[in-house]
Formats: sequence, C-alpha cells, structure tokens
Amino acid sequence: MKDSGNRFVMPALVLLSLVTIYPIIYVFYLSLHRRLLIFDISRFVGIDNYIFLFKDDRFWNALKNTVYFTTLSVSLELILGLAIAMLLNKSFRFKGVARALVLIPWAIPTVVSARMWEWIYNTDFGILNYLIGAKINWLGSPFWAINAAVFMDAWKTTPFVVILLMAGLQVIPLELYQAARIDGANAWQIFRRVTLPLLKPVILVVLIFRTLDAFRVFDAIYVLTGGGPANTTETLSIYAYKVLFQTLQFGYGSTLSVVVFLCTGAISIFYIRLLSRGMR
Amino acid sequence: MKKTGFYLLLLMVVLYCSGPLLWQFITSIKPDAELTRIPPVFPTEATMGHYISIFKGHPFPRIIINSAIIAASTTILSIIIGSLAGFGLAKLKIRYKTLILGFVLSVSMFPPIATVSPLYIIIRALGLRDTWLALIITYTTFSLPLSIWILTNFFREIPDELYRAARVDGCSPFQAFYKIMLPLSAPGFFTAAILIFIFSWNEFLFALTFTSTTASRTIPVGIALFPGLHEVPWGDIAAASVVVTIPLIILVFAFQKRIIEGLTAGAVKG
Repeated sequence: MKDSGNRFVMPALVLLSLVTIYPIIYVFYLSLHRRLLIFDISRFVGIDNYIFLFKDDRFWNALKNTVYFTTLSVSLELILGLAIAMLLNKSFRFKGVARALVLIPWAIPTVVSARMWEWIYNTDFGILNYLIGAKINWLGSPFWAINAAVFMDAWKTTPFVVILLMAGLQVIPLELYQAARIDGANAWQIFRRVTLPLLKPVILVVLIFRTLDAFRVFDAIYVLTGGGPANTTETLSIYAYKVLFQTLQFGYGSTLSVVVFLCTGAISIFYIRLLSRGMR
Repeated sequence: MKKTGFYLLLLMVVLYCSGPLLWQFITSIKPDAELTRIPPVFPTEATMGHYISIFKGHPFPRIIINSAIIAASTTILSIIIGSLAGFGLAKLKIRYKTLILGFVLSVSMFPPIATVSPLYIIIRALGLRDTWLALIITYTTFSLPLSIWILTNFFREIPDELYRAARVDGCSPFQAFYKIMLPLSAPGFFTAAILIFIFSWNEFLFALTFTSTTASRTIPVGIALFPGLHEVPWGDIAAASVVVTIPLIILVFAFQKRIIEGLTAGAVKG
C-alpha cells in the first residue's frame, strides 16, 4: 500500500512554476521585443535585440569582465579554501571557535561586506594602504578595481569552500594516510597522490556552485564600485540591471538576462557531465 | 616548534577571516575627527555616537523591522511548503519523482537577474510594488529548492515502518505527516530554517528592484543606499553594519554544526 503524494508536492510545484518557470518564459518573450516601460511602448522586433547584442561593445566588455572575475575568484577561493580546510582538519583545542570565526565572512550580508571593503580600500584613510604603507587608489584605478573585487569575493566565499572541502576530507580513511607514510611518502606526495584524487568529486561540486555564483555576481561589485571606473568592473548582471532599471529598456535588458541564463545553463551542463563521467 | 607554527598559521587564518569585521567595529566606535585620519588605528576615545545617530535620525529601525518580518515569514512559509513536498517525495508514491527532484535542483541554479525583469512587471501589474508580500513570495520560491532538498533527505532517514504503522492505526496521510513525521524531523527543520533566514536577510537584487521606500526596504538596500549629505558617513555605515551582522554572528556561533550540516547536505549529496 502506498499513498499518493501528489497533493503534498503540489503547492511547491505551483509556486516554482509561477515564480520561476513562467518568468523565464516571459523573459525570452520580452527579449524579442522593444519595450520601454515608461512610455508603455511594446513592439515585436524579432531577433533585432540579439543582433544588436553582437555589435554592442559594452556587452563584450561585460562578458570579458565576468569571465575574468569568475576564473580568478574561483581559483583563488579553491586554493585558499583547500589550504584552510586542511589546516582546520587537524585536531586542536578551540576547534569549534576557530571554525565559527572562519564562517563569519559567509554569514555577513554581501552588501555589508562590500561596504566594509570599500572602507578598507579607501585611498586616504583605508587600513589596507596604511598597513602596506602605500597610496594606491584601489577602487579608482581600472587595473586595481576588478582585482580588488576579486579579492573581496574570495574573502567572502572561501568559508563556503572550506566547509565543503572539510566534509570531503573527513570521509578519507585515516588508514590511507598511514599506509602512504609507511611506504615512505612525504607530505607533498601524500597530498598529490592521496588527498587530491579522493577529494576530486567534492572539488567538482564546489566548482559548480562557486562558478555559477561568481558568474551571476551582482551585489558585491554593484555596491563596491557600481561597475566603474570606466566600466572596468561592469559584469553581465550589472550591465543587465542598468539597462533594465536605469534606462528602463526592458526588451534589450531582458536579452542580456537571457544571455546570463544561457551561460549559466551551459556552465552547469558542462560540470554535470564532468561529474557524471567521474562517477562512472 | 611544529606546534607553534601551526598555531601561528591558524591565527593568521582567523585574523584574515574576522579582521575586516573587527575593523568595521573599530571604525564604528571612532569619533568623527579620527575617521579621516590614520594613524591612530584605534580610537583614542570610544564613542557610541554613530550607534545613537543611526537609531535616531534614520529610517533604520523601520528597515530592520521590514527585514525581520520578511525573513521570518519567508522562513515559515518555505519550511511549511518545503516539508510537505519533502515528505511526499521521500515517503509517498509520486510519478516522475526523479524528474521533479531534477527540476527543483535546476531551479536553484537560475540566475536571479534572468527572472527580475518579468517578475518586476508582474509585481507592478498586481499592485504589489513596495510591499512585504512581493519579497516574501519571491524569497519563499527561491528558497524552496534548498528546503525541499534538506527536508527530503531528513524524511528519508525516518523508517518507512513508522509511517505505515501510523496509517494502520487510522491516521490519514496528512495526520501521519504532522503527528509522526514532523516531530521526528525537527533537526532538519532547524537546519533548513537557519539557512533560509540568512538567505532572506541578506538578499539584495530583488529587494533593490521591488522596493522603493522605507515602507518595505530591507537592510541590504538600506545599507547600499545609505544616505549621506555631503560625504560618505563611514562611521554610521560601520555602526549599521555591526548592528545587522550581530544576529548572524549569534546564529553562526550557536548553530555552527547545523549550518555546516545544511550546507554540506545541500551540496555534497547533490
């Protein structure tokens, strides 16, 4: 005897369809229109918006910034996260307190952390310039601004990577390390030959989550630099947001949104294939 | 010697992670004159001025209330709807079960920017702009994948026999759900609730677009658009940051294990 569960999942499915699936279809529809919200103009223009997209330098610039930001911050987070996870995986006193302190950046609202770093990066009164004894205009120079954003994002999201990697480290049997040590392997060899291969599935999961998150980055950079200076930190989400809500072009803005959606879709398919190949 | 090196590294890591917040706290108790001067790094005299000022002149208290109500309502709704779905998926007969779980998982990967323009048009058409409800509905939906995922895993761990025994004793499926299954999966609720609360407390993009006045504005929007007449009021921003972060720090210290469990259940099993 098994009861039907349809009624139990219904509310969730209805809500998910209305608030996520329907808008996704709607955004594709909007992307084929010229729509100016204030004047109530709405006209079907076919793929005109997509043709314009290809010729839009600001779009290519935003795509380049997004890819740069994603690649750099995800790599940095992975390296830092792995190092911290291995450090915290040892047994020591006050481990709980140390773990909670490491979790702090994850819990802080992204907007708050952006304003915190904005103050840290301040050219004249920022603690960073004071500590390194320099006068670098971190957020005002085209070279430093995007890297400053990467560094802030790495600080904010490394805890998440640490937590997942620690969970992965804990399931590696201690006997494997002992066996490797008896065979005369040094610390680096143990890391390369034992830890890393066994951690691979978890690393892939971390990469999926972090790449998707970094690719759609909005709050962190929008609050830190607003996309400036001279659009050098403008990512796809920020560009789409500005077109939508500052110039109120809902057609072209939606086209940009569709591009972000398709890119994240492609990224997740790529990783899921990688992951399922690893399982087999 | 090796031990000292380890603790030194550990200290560096802990300072790196908590240092920026510490600096924000130090900034918040500095008198205005010392904000535009460095050194001194530490205030020569601590002041509560910035804390008093954010609670007096600004709409800050109202914004905190908005955030608290929106985050609490979202958490409750998402847990109710998510637990019904999780129970159905874990214990009952449903066609296309893997398809539904896959659908839920893929929704969690949707970038918010892809849905913000249509949702804005819908919300405006429904007359829900600048209301709590607009954000509660949106957040509840976007947090559903997380709560369904965590709660399905929790319900799966409860033996099927308990559910069958309840049915034999004359409970309807729904009674079996809330009399037997709910109490047994309380830890799962807690885990999901903490994560959903933090998500709704921190969300920015939807809050920025759907709100326009302090009637519904939430903390992240308030802090991003912090009013400054002539120059950026760093001391006030720091004080506001500290105030809104305190609840989160308390959650992290009190429920560290649950948070870690929730994050890894949502990720490693997926």
